[in-house]
Amino acid sequence: MNRRTISRRSLLKAGAATGALAAASALPFGAAHAADLTVGFIYVGPKDDFGYNQAHAEGAAAVKEMAGVTVVEEENVPETVAVQKSMESMINFDGASLMFPTSFGYFDPHILAVAPKHPDVRFQHAGGLWSADKHPKNAGSYFGYIGLGQYLNGITAGHATKSKKIGFVAAKPIPQVLMNINSFLLGARAVDPTITCQVIFTGEWSLAVKEAEATNALADQGCDVITCHVDGPKVVVETAAGRGAFVCGYHADQSPLAPAKYLTGAEWNWANVYTGMVKTMMSGGTIDNFVRGGLSDGFVKMSPLGPAVSDTARNQFEAAKAEIMKGGFLIIKGPINDNKGNVIAPAGKAFAEDDIALESMDYLVEGVIGSTS
Amino acid sequence: MNETDLGLWAVPLAMIGGAIRVSTPFLFVSLGECLTERSGRINLGLEGTLVFGAMSGYAVAYESGSAWIGVLAAALAGMLFGFFHGWVCKLPKVNDIAIGIALMLLGMGLAFFFGKPFVQPQAPDLPAISFGWWSDISQVQAALQVNVLFLIGIVLTVAMGWMFRTTRIGLIVRVVGDSTDAARSMGLNPNVVRLLATGAGGALAGVGGAYLSLYYPGSWNEGLSSGQGLMAVALVIFARWSPVNCFWAALLFGGAGALGPALQSVGISSGYYLFYAAPYVLTLGLLIATSSPNRALESAPGELSITK
Repeated sequence: MNRRTISRRSLLKAGAATGALAAASALPFGAAHAADLTVGFIYVGPKDDFGYNQAHAEGAAAVKEMAGVTVVEEENVPETVAVQKSMESMINFDGASLMFPTSFGYFDPHILAVAPKHPDVRFQHAGGLWSADKHPKNAGSYFGYIGLGQYLNGITAGHATKSKKIGFVAAKPIPQVLMNINSFLLGARAVDPTITCQVIFTGEWSLAVKEAEATNALADQGCDVITCHVDGPKVVVETAAGRGAFVCGYHADQSPLAPAKYLTGAEWNWANVYTGMVKTMMSGGTIDNFVRGGLSDGFVKMSPLGPAVSDTARNQFEAAKAEIMKGGFLIIKGPINDNKGNVIAPAGKAFAEDDIALESMDYLVEGVIGSTS
Repeated sequence: MNETDLGLWAVPLAMIGGAIRVSTPFLFVSLGECLTERSGRINLGLEGTLVFGAMSGYAVAYESGSAWIGVLAAALAGMLFGFFHGWVCKLPKVNDIAIGIALMLLGMGLAFFFGKPFVQPQAPDLPAISFGWWSDISQVQAALQVNVLFLIGIVLTVAMGWMFRTTRIGLIVRVVGDSTDAARSMGLNPNVVRLLATGAGGALAGVGGAYLSLYYPGSWNEGLSSGQGLMAVALVIFARWSPVNCFWAALLFGGAGALGPALQSVGISSGYYLFYAAPYVLTLGLLIATSSPNRALESAPGELSITK
């Protein structure tokens, strides 16, 4: 073989020809599948964690069942530039045109960096505050008022507690977590206004040993009903039940982990939300940039009540749930102070579940023992 | 449940309980690393071994229905990692620290890959012995639930200290660790001794992982270890290569880790991020306090690549 016949120029030509061929063959492929939709899901942790990620993955599984939809998923993607690479890869190589990067920290700056580069791709982000004047039009935010789920948790907890102390293992003091803590206590206080709620912040979304230590510390203080807001509640649920405390679940149904001690749980219902959004996209419609919903909208659901829930508790739970299902439930009702004595709302003033002011909550209500910093 | 209000006494109690609950992985990994480093090698891969041990222990315990078979499997898996490290490091011009880092990432990657189907199922737990029978206070009883592995760790600590001090095996490990030339002139094969010491060290780290997944916190998932393996390797230096000091250091770290949640639970709740940094501040403080220009790293094995 004569090596001189392959010059650099001919090599380049051949390369260009191959590239053109690939592009040409890709075009009809894309056109033939124009009606189909590829949806990308990105999770910050494992998608079977009995928690936040599992709740989203259950939604993705429902989308996967829909005709004409391809789902691509990636788990354990940190809230760093890594998520930008994952998004670019799903868009460029898998042809995704609807993205669900599900973790809170993905929005700013990562989605905000990628979205302007792909104006024909829709980015749906869980929990971020999208605002029309600051953020790209092809990005949107959705979330559910799960605080009301914690309020209902609190009602079952208020009936189950004997020590009148209930406990909350929390990750970070961001508004959604504070909302859940406050709602849990207010639910319990709807049963008995002397109940207090001890909160322990672990500082991270997923720290198994610290979550177990926090649960033990709560049990040591006499908290006999414990719930949490961390990414994977498995450790908290198992440790609390091991110490003989009742548990209320969060994110997903954890009743298989502690069947006798599980009262109820506040779960996401992403299957309903995601299939709705995908239908909108496939029928050529556009998804609203700012979507919120609670129990009444099918964004949130409750785990079936456990065997330890008494009949009186069940009645109050069902009555409160029926009230909430009407929509516009007033969750923070004046007169109410925070746990430092500052007035949150005077008598006569109240915040409904969908009040935007609640999304920047920075206080713990009176009766919660703990501090936000 | 019949909880007594302990007030501020809850904090020291939680620290004792936390020390017993949290220290076991630190103890096993640092004992393993102590043995390996005494033979003149550093195995930084023990974090990976710990995670892989946690996964394999959980998986085997779930499949077999026995937590102890799981512990055995974790020890075997850890030993394989140790042997691999020992074998690669005997090749010429191989850096043990670089291999350790590679093995750390490999161990975690393999554990995440094979561990996927075991995130959901519930494996049997290791048994605990209750030493709190003398007290009516349920918190004391809970704090004194001592896992069998912790007791085994205490026995191992004493045994290893005795081994280094008075036995022939201990002498061989120390000679190999202090001077390859001296060991060769005694007719010892340093590579074989280091291979065995690294293998045994890996097995101990694997058991430490099994404690995490099979007792406390007691389930397998990818975020199970928050760097306990790496911290334990550092503990060995902190403990000046003495098994008994490793035990105290492990207890200290376990107890300090319980400080943050315990303080919040008694109402001292502001500044918890600072309390969570307590173990590290303590380490820095102790290292500075115990260091001296004259006798620093005095007991360090002479063949360690970090002290040479």
